[in-house]
Amino acid sequence: MAAFPQSELTPLLNSGRDLFLIIHILGVACFAYIITKRLAPLLHAQRDFRFDRPLSRLRMVLKFWLGQWKHPRYRGAGTLHILIFAGFLLLALRAFTVLIVGVSPGFVMPFLSGKAGEIYNLVTDYATTVVFICMVVAIARRLVFKPARYEVPERYGKAHTADAVFLLGLIAVLMLADSLFAAGKVAAQAQQGAPLEALAVLSLPWVLRIGLASASMSAIAAVGYGAYFLHEVTFYFLLCYRPFGIQFHVETSLFSIYFGKLDRGTIKPVRWGVPDEQLDQVKSFGVKTFEDFTWKHILDFYSCADCGRCSDNCPSNSAGRPLSPRFLTLKARDYAFQHFPVFGGSNNSQALIGSIYSEDEIWSCTTCGACEEECPLLIEYIDKIVDLRRGMIDDGNVPQSLQKPLKALESRGNPYGKMEKKRADWARASEFQQECAVKTVGKNDGADTLYFVDSISSYDERMQSIARATAKILDDVGENFGILGSAEKDSGHEARRFGEETLFMALRDHNAETIRAAGVQKIVTADPHAYNALKHDYKDLPPVEHISQVIARGVQSGKIEFAPLADSDKLYTYHDPCYLGRHNQIYAAPREVLDAIPGLKRVEMKRSRDRSFCCGGGGLMLFYEPREEERIGVQRVRMAAAAGADVIVTACPFCMTNIEDAIKVAGYEGKMSVIDLVELADQQMVRESPVVETEIPAVQKECAVAR
Amino acid sequence: MEILVCVKRVPDTSENEIVLNRAGNDIERDDLVYSINEPDNYAVEEALQIVGRIGGQVTVVTIGDEDDEEILRREMAMGANHGIMISDEVFQGSDGRGIATILKAFVEKGHYDLILTGVQAEAGGAQVGGMLAAMLDYPFAAVVNSIEVLDGGKLKISREIEGGNKEFSEIDLPCVLSIQTGINEPRYVGMRGIRAVASVPIATYDASTLGIDGGAVGEAGAKVKHVDYFVPESTGGAEILSGDRDANIEKLLELLTEKGGLR
Amino acid sequence: MPAIFAYIVHRDGVADDSATELAAAAKRIDPAASPIALVAGNGPELDAACESARGQYSEIWKIANESLAYPNAELIRKALTKVLPIGSVLLVAHDQFGIDLGPGLSIKLNAAFVSDVVGIEKVEPSSLTLVRQEFGGQVSAHVRCDISSGVVITVRPGAFKPIDRPSLSGKVVDRSTEVGTLTAGRRYLETVMAEAGDVDITKHAILVSIGRGIQEEDNVGIAHELADALGAAVSCSRPVVDAKWLEQSRQVGSSGKTVKPKVYLACGISGAAQHLAGIRGNPFIVAINKNPRAPIFQVANVGIIDDILEFLPELTTKVREMHSVAAK
Repeated sequence: MAAFPQSELTPLLNSGRDLFLIIHILGVACFAYIITKRLAPLLHAQRDFRFDRPLSRLRMVLKFWLGQWKHPRYRGAGTLHILIFAGFLLLALRAFTVLIVGVSPGFVMPFLSGKAGEIYNLVTDYATTVVFICMVVAIARRLVFKPARYEVPERYGKAHTADAVFLLGLIAVLMLADSLFAAGKVAAQAQQGAPLEALAVLSLPWVLRIGLASASMSAIAAVGYGAYFLHEVTFYFLLCYRPFGIQFHVETSLFSIYFGKLDRGTIKPVRWGVPDEQLDQVKSFGVKTFEDFTWKHILDFYSCADCGRCSDNCPSNSAGRPLSPRFLTLKARDYAFQHFPVFGGSNNSQALIGSIYSEDEIWSCTTCGACEEECPLLIEYIDKIVDLRRGMIDDGNVPQSLQKPLKALESRGNPYGKMEKKRADWARASEFQQECAVKTVGKNDGADTLYFVDSISSYDERMQSIARATAKILDDVGENFGILGSAEKDSGHEARRFGEETLFMALRDHNAETIRAAGVQKIVTADPHAYNALKHDYKDLPPVEHISQVIARGVQSGKIEFAPLADSDKLYTYHDPCYLGRHNQIYAAPREVLDAIPGLKRVEMKRSRDRSFCCGGGGLMLFYEPREEERIGVQRVRMAAAAGADVIVTACPFCMTNIEDAIKVAGYEGKMSVIDLVELADQQMVRESPVVETEIPAVQKECAVAR
Repeated sequence: MEILVCVKRVPDTSENEIVLNRAGNDIERDDLVYSINEPDNYAVEEALQIVGRIGGQVTVVTIGDEDDEEILRREMAMGANHGIMISDEVFQGSDGRGIATILKAFVEKGHYDLILTGVQAEAGGAQVGGMLAAMLDYPFAAVVNSIEVLDGGKLKISREIEGGNKEFSEIDLPCVLSIQTGINEPRYVGMRGIRAVASVPIATYDASTLGIDGGAVGEAGAKVKHVDYFVPESTGGAEILSGDRDANIEKLLELLTEKGGLR
Repeated sequence: MPAIFAYIVHRDGVADDSATELAAAAKRIDPAASPIALVAGNGPELDAACESARGQYSEIWKIANESLAYPNAELIRKALTKVLPIGSVLLVAHDQFGIDLGPGLSIKLNAAFVSDVVGIEKVEPSSLTLVRQEFGGQVSAHVRCDISSGVVITVRPGAFKPIDRPSLSGKVVDRSTEVGTLTAGRRYLETVMAEAGDVDITKHAILVSIGRGIQEEDNVGIAHELADALGAAVSCSRPVVDAKWLEQSRQVGSSGKTVKPKVYLACGISGAAQHLAGIRGNPFIVAINKNPRAPIFQVANVGIIDDILEFLPELTTKVREMHSVAAK
């Protein structure tokens, strides 16, 4: 901004200079003090290794912070926020200039003198206007349109509307004050015949300037002084008030995004920096008190903007379970504010479960990841829930319904408690064995590819058909594959995510050793949970693929050909399993497979791909008895019905279990059906009929002679 | 309060298929998974909750061999203060009375205010607790599903009786109680907890340290002995009743009476 | 063969059905014997109970004592120890009372003890070979019991069918004076009845279990009626809980409760593996379903292809008829 002309505004501002300086000092000191207090719990928290891979982190900042990548997922609010955010970035220099001008009147930002400054001023005139309008719209949304995701259920306290409107209003005031000051400046210039600075046409300053057109100089001076003071006070008030609420995300978002989680599908170690072998020395596992969280987790609590997108997409929340991710974060944040207050000393820590969190709340999570996918601030949830579960497991505080399968995993290597030696029985059914011989890799038999079946497909009668179909398809594409048979144990994927880290490590170590001993070059599985475990929870294994990728490749190469569908008037829809889709971003391969089936008409559900709605959860979640209003699976089936689908295709045995159940419960039996991708592929696969041997094999001839 | 819980390691019926072995003289034990008898686990949890409220110690004791140590360790991982192994070849083949005799000898070596057993184990005997109490001349109650500690060395207990009703009684300490499942919600014992107690010492006793005459226990002293195991004939798949409704009802009632479903 | 006694449990002045079963068991042990009934209690109810036992037993020993107004096993044990001859065979029903009384009594009598007997295989002068079940009923076992110093046997209810024969006209002998004052370290306070919602289906020997075939909430009452008539509890499969027609505590299955009843009536239940996983202990399973291809028929002992909405009410009526006939 150009130097403030010597005018009658000057003495006023100059006479206010001391006041303004004091406000600066107070404001900055207050803010510094508040930030120091807010940092305190982070210093007492657990370690978190987030300083690696700076380039990847910078990329995240560019994409999610600067690029506001996640915001458009909610078009209305997203657009508003992008405008506001862009406005704030643009206005930053202008705001600082205005603040400094009150103490150092001739101040101009280093690169913004002359023409550059003029252009900058015009642009920021519009920015101020846009932000102001956005505030008005935002307030209207809060007061009039009231989007459902902002609602606060009774058990979580009062509505947040008042506080939100207050903050939005203050930002509007800030814009107004800035604009009024700019308008006043130009009005003063006009009064004194000095060269007029340009105000962007139809911007807020421009409009206000018109209002000041016929004002006297003393009036203009008063307005200018008032606007300046209002601007400074509002600015510092906001600065110091933000760390007390959801607006703290303005400061913390850059950090929560920079330090965000880079590795999808993984679970944090029990303690960063403590290798598995040293874990017995750790006195307590998991998060029991607030200080057990890592500093990044605490930063997450500070960074929540209360947008409600997480809970809006949470299947547990939708089903009426006691879990709402948004309030998981806000309750922790409030705890932090209470126990590490800005004014006063920190109080004694208390157990989180039983005070701010209930056990059911924490067990209710299916770890689908929808919350993390939506959060614009990259706040993490799954790791926190797993840590809280680890704490409960450590304390022995586990629902009886989960104790049984956990014990069975420990003693039998599968949650059903079925005998180890029966794990490969699915492959031994005589009819099937004639169609497709499945070998067990071991001392005598090797293979290039391991088919890791995992527990549900091995033992559940319905899901065994998925295993058989998978085996047949692997055969069809000419894979030299084998299974681990009774040497295979549960992948441990859910054991880990339910907090039983020690049990998980035992299963993992056993499986990893067995797999390595088998000497295979790659691993294939039809179970996305096993896929995720082998890919992310296990280390140093051959590459892992999901069967849908194998089939898609076979289709592309021509090895696989599908016959046209018999009932081509049915409408199909594909349900993205959470651990295949969202966590591992395999969306295309299954769709390619479906689209390769002649006559298959496919429709997408509204919530698909990374917005797919969890089926209800897999692994140990099938044993848990949640308190809910409607089954998650039933909600998903209704979504399929709304899309007009007759057949749901899924690619996960747990999705199959939940959706099959849900179809019955929802009363869609007979009207809707569900099939697994591999079952469908197997069904439609074009296979050559077996060649009939017309020659008697040599051996038989000899035997016949010998007799 | 000093509480002694008598525990037993049994094949886990929920995770095993119990079938006869080839010789037909026992069940097939090769693939069995063993764990603590479920009612005993509830008893230990109850004991832990009692001392958690009023202070004291919990001791778990079993009669067996080194294979049975694992359940002692598991209960110690759960929180029991002491694990005791009573082991001697001469104890093998004991009937319920023999087991109670051995336990009595151990109980008399210490001082326990309360002795708990599970209501029954895999053989469904439901006898050791009652026998032990009679041998010690302690009051006894079977199928206990709640315990409240009163002042003056007494407990207020409830027994589970027919219809889900509860029979409340007052009982003097020291006493013996057999505990029913569902009295509480046992805490979870994870692999980590068990590893933590892997090297805690377990005191051992045998016939001589307990002063037991071999002839009174074991096979030698047993009044009840196993002859064999067998599986009564059964048919595969349901027998579909093919009459009209009335005939089917009649036949069904007949079958229900036979199977104890009708009184 | 030593004298055979049967301890009779009674309620409200009526001998329990187990009285007839114990008589039948006694007959199996010694066809020539006249088992003696032992009835303890106080007041007119005791007299009525003795009266009701006269049809099955030729001799009834009445033990009246004020302290026995409520059947406290600790007191009854002391009383029986005073009146029972050494070396007797005592039969008791294997129920909550029998478990409480039997084991300790066998020690005080210095007799052998065998519980939950379901059959008598062989009778010899000083030993009995008995049939029991183990491992939740998955296998049976023969045990030989040395009865040279007597034996206390608890008998599984329903294992011995009452014998068809003309009524006896037993004589009541009052043995009350031999008992003296009775005190024990356990004193009865009160009985608290279970709340309707407190039903623990894992503790019931008979379950009337309903599935989706019940079709609507209003029909659930049909199951309750049958359960009442049978002295059973109503349980269900998951869909019924999901529909909120019954509380979750009634659900049988891998995500519900594991039950080990003696009799399981699967009504309108298809027989999904997750449901069947909750049924253990080899119960007698009756499946009633209008779909002949329902998987439940693979695992049931007996199947009836019929509409439960019509079958169950009729069954209930017949059960009630049976009971009112038996009570006469």
